[in-house]
Amino acid sequence: MYQYSEFDRQFVRNRAAQYRDQLERYLAGTLADDEFRPLRLQNGWYIQRYAPMARISVPYGELSTAQLRVLAKIARDYDKPDAALLADAQAKQSALGSVPVPGTHTQIGSQLKYGYGHFTTRTNVQFNWIPLEKSAEVMELLASVDMHGIQTSGNAIRNITAEALAGIAVDEIADPRPFAEIMRQWGALHPEFAFLPRKFKIAINGAKEDRAAIGWYDIGLQLVRNDAGELGFRVQVGGGMGRTPIIGAVVSEFVRWDQILNYVEACIRVYNQYGRRDNAWKARIKILVKSEGHAYIEKVEEEFRQIIELDGAPHTITQAEYDRVAAMFVPPQLAAREQERNRDPAQAQIREIIRADAEADPHYDRWLQRNVLPHRNPELRAVVLSFKRLGQAPGDATADQLDAAADLAERFSAGEARVTHEQNLVLPWVHQDDLPQLWAAARKLGLARANIGLLTDVIACPGGDFCSLANARSLPLAEAITQRFQDLDEEWDIGDIDVNISGCINSCGHHHAGHIGILGVDKDGKEWYQVTLGGSDGTNLSGPAAPGKIVGPSFSAAEVPAVIDAVIGTYRQLREGAADGRFETFIATLRRVGIEPFKAAANSARFAEKEVA
Amino acid sequence: MRQTLDILSPATHQAQGAERVLHLANDVDPLSIPLDDVDRIELDFPKFTDGRAFSQAWLIRRRRKFAGDIRATGDVLTDQLVAMQRCGFSSAVLREGKDPADARRQFERFAAYYQADTAEPLPLFARQA
Repeated sequence: MYQYSEFDRQFVRNRAAQYRDQLERYLAGTLADDEFRPLRLQNGWYIQRYAPMARISVPYGELSTAQLRVLAKIARDYDKPDAALLADAQAKQSALGSVPVPGTHTQIGSQLKYGYGHFTTRTNVQFNWIPLEKSAEVMELLASVDMHGIQTSGNAIRNITAEALAGIAVDEIADPRPFAEIMRQWGALHPEFAFLPRKFKIAINGAKEDRAAIGWYDIGLQLVRNDAGELGFRVQVGGGMGRTPIIGAVVSEFVRWDQILNYVEACIRVYNQYGRRDNAWKARIKILVKSEGHAYIEKVEEEFRQIIELDGAPHTITQAEYDRVAAMFVPPQLAAREQERNRDPAQAQIREIIRADAEADPHYDRWLQRNVLPHRNPELRAVVLSFKRLGQAPGDATADQLDAAADLAERFSAGEARVTHEQNLVLPWVHQDDLPQLWAAARKLGLARANIGLLTDVIACPGGDFCSLANARSLPLAEAITQRFQDLDEEWDIGDIDVNISGCINSCGHHHAGHIGILGVDKDGKEWYQVTLGGSDGTNLSGPAAPGKIVGPSFSAAEVPAVIDAVIGTYRQLREGAADGRFETFIATLRRVGIEPFKAAANSARFAEKEVA
Repeated sequence: MRQTLDILSPATHQAQGAERVLHLANDVDPLSIPLDDVDRIELDFPKFTDGRAFSQAWLIRRRRKFAGDIRATGDVLTDQLVAMQRCGFSSAVLREGKDPADARRQFERFAAYYQADTAEPLPLFARQA
């Protein structure tokens, strides 16, 4: 992991002190509401439906045990609404009604919780109940473990993401993390780019497979080697979700690694000057790239040339800086296994018992297949802890679970965990001999469900239970789907599928990229949902990044679980066996037969009353 | 960092002459305008959240090496002054009712930043090397 220098440490401390200064001026009335708003947003503080929301930056998803424990402390000590606020919020949310679990009489309503952190699709961590008066204290606490909320919101360069298997993937071209860290520092408090037309998101992928959804980003960077063997980036600009889902256009096939900051500076400067500011819905860079087309690329090329020739290419990454940062991302030293075992025969015996128990349990085998991923070091594995389970919102981790995850990372993964954009945690440095013990420990914590990549591994934003932007709730739907597909045999039979839920068109649940996407829309003040089919985030499973296609008019909240059920039922009828004896996946079937039969199934799940009305 | 930005009140600003002053609109490309016979360039912030003038100042100062005064006018608030200085502004007209003492504190807080800017020719990593 990256280790903060004394400069880095002082920088986040200064940032926390600056935020306290701003908060105090706001509370004293010398900073008006609209003046304070962009300042708190650029530290990650939103004001939501019932309380502030804090979004804490987790650069490229990496967390240390010390950081996880401070997040646990914040969840435990600060993420606490007072009783009256919670009761009022719960009453208002309950009044929104409930959704049925198909095939049962169970109804799922809102169940507001507190005392937890939430992993987001952009690998950040959010808290929902911290009073604004305590916000400066929280930032100081975070700074004590090299964390912050710098530019996790606002119209600035946001947290830079990379794929969760960076540095360990078997198909890696180069490790994206040194570049993500160098770019993070370059973007932090950049004086020119703090008030862009709109938010600005960058993702870097270093593997052959795109696991960072780079097509969907304002700037998506793919590490590549050119014919001469030099390392560089293919640069895509202008991807984005929202009202107008667009996949980024390739503006350069190759920018040498040491020039990437200069090139990104050119891309963003042209955007800052020419991006639309008259309409927030048309202000993202994707609209500029789409309307200007090749003219945008020419402008960037000319600006890049001038940065190099006239400005002296100031942000050319030096070999020394790359080496300094890259040295912190080398694999950790792991204890030699044989020696350790020989040292303590009693421990070795216990390990053998745990192993025998695990291997006798079919759940362990399933867990190995779904939650354990190959590693570049053949002795090691990456293990996904599933934060998708009954009764807890996707990506939510209680204070105790955050502490427990820290313990697991400490015991089994060299003190490191990573937030995935699918809202789970990866332990990247697990020895294969430790898998039975890790499984047993994770299972006790409820974090070992073998559902990674399956239907109940639902991606969802907090939605209308918390977010003031949301048109509709995400969480009751996620819970209804999770309850409906609790039978692990059935879930395994359905196989790989991406289900994504966003409570509004801001698309925090990445619904456009879901094989099944669910989007909350507002009609007559009631909750309705648009369903899309066939979207892709860009992985090998899903194919080139693309938005899903909309299935007819929107559905009422109560209809949605049955719609999902019907679409899945159609897949199981239409799928064919693949050569390897397994069934073709949902997305492969959809691509082969087209959207129509799925559309018909979805529409058949509409309530009759609505057709009459 | 050391404050070099001249923070002006609206009254002081208005009392100064308008000779050899160029007002540059936000949508004008600062690379294309003649700067001979100009002592001061005024760049406007229609709203403090409209950041186009940051890029304009940057280009005028760093790329065109303009040595005269670059002044921020319009919706100029306390918490953007440091960024203005770093982008090449040499003076700023602080909006009526804002306390310049609050602004001075912001300059003192950070000794240095990561990026190169118009005063620092090199980014931190190259300065430290």
